[in-house]
Amino acid sequence: MNHHEIRELLHAYADDELDLVNVREIEQHLRACDECRRIEEQIRALRHALNNDAPAYRAPARLRRNIRAALRREAKATERNFSPWFVFATGAAFALILFVFVFFQTNRASRGNAIVDQVVDNHVRSLLATHLVDVASSDQHTVKPWFDGKVDFAPDVHDFAMSGFPLFGGRLDYLDGRTVVALVYQRNKHPINVFIMPATGSSDSSPALSNRRGYNLFHWTRRGMEYWAISNLNEAELRQFIALLAR
Amino acid sequence: MFRLTESPRLSEFERKVLPHLDAAYNLARFLMRNEQDAEDVVQEAALRAFRFFDDFRGENSRAWFLRIVRNTSFTVLKKNRPDETNIAFDEELHGGQTPPMDAGVALDRAQDRQSVRAAIEQLPPEFREAITLRELEEASYKEIADIAGVPIGTVMSRLARARRQLQLILSQTK
Repeated sequence: MNHHEIRELLHAYADDELDLVNVREIEQHLRACDECRRIEEQIRALRHALNNDAPAYRAPARLRRNIRAALRREAKATERNFSPWFVFATGAAFALILFVFVFFQTNRASRGNAIVDQVVDNHVRSLLATHLVDVASSDQHTVKPWFDGKVDFAPDVHDFAMSGFPLFGGRLDYLDGRTVVALVYQRNKHPINVFIMPATGSSDSSPALSNRRGYNLFHWTRRGMEYWAISNLNEAELRQFIALLAR
Repeated sequence: MFRLTESPRLSEFERKVLPHLDAAYNLARFLMRNEQDAEDVVQEAALRAFRFFDDFRGENSRAWFLRIVRNTSFTVLKKNRPDETNIAFDEELHGGQTPPMDAGVALDRAQDRQSVRAAIEQLPPEFREAITLRELEEASYKEIADIAGVPIGTVMSRLARARRQLQLILSQTK
């Protein structure tokens, strides 16, 4: 190796990232070359200063608590761990029937609630972390093809700028254990998130309103697709938007 | 009643990934350069990591988690502060200059923690990332390459350029 090649390797040398053969060659060169020795000393001095002053930050306790709490909520919403032995242990037909009955009632209700919570969480997170869209465009012909190959269904994407609800973009999100399409519309300063996923049943349902933590949500099923729309927009205007979307 | 009190997936995640929370915060803090954004990014990254935890097959959970943290950070940086993610600009600013002869001597006098942090924050984001991972987290070149998604050769040249700029900045603050 010549002087220039060695100069290039001095950082890797100081970082102990080189094999023995190269290390020997560089040490030999360092004994002879003042310039390289000076550079190597500078690197070590810098590393020394960095290590001495320990400038690393540590995660605040508040962040640690928030993350643990968020993970618990997430785990609760997405994971339902039923212990299978319980089902077998019940044995008696009556207990089994009762169990099945209770199971379906509570599971349906809690799944519904859990999804509403997830929709709200997704919406809030999309605004908080400023990760509103993966593809920012008001052009439906840009947004729709972006989802090709990212999800296994093709969502309807329309821009309603003419009616005062311009399309802002789209992103991938995660709902009820599945990857879903999130379309973002904007009404004045109010973002609207629309989550779209293939429906589990086949029957259509008309938009139903619910409120959660100050947000208005609409949920409906149409032509095999399930829709969730959420915003802090007032109910009347959101209803107007839903009418366009569910037309 | 029918749910186990603690999800096994969650406890495995907490055991494997959460020990790297300090490293994650440190990286995000230097990339985002303020507390609030760093906390938002780490929280978002932790949730993402948990959602994609089933995809994690590797041995190195630190590199896996830090990659998610750095990607989340850069997404936010590119969206909110596109002018900061331009290396060429900073190279023009500091490029060409080499540290003065006595740079090493100047550094021997102990720098205080704040000025070292401030100096690192003046580097372009890719250089901040390389320095933080190498000097503060003691990651190997291979790990840094995995986290940043670039070849090892790029890691080497980023570190070299980052250190040169850092020496220059620190010798000027003296």
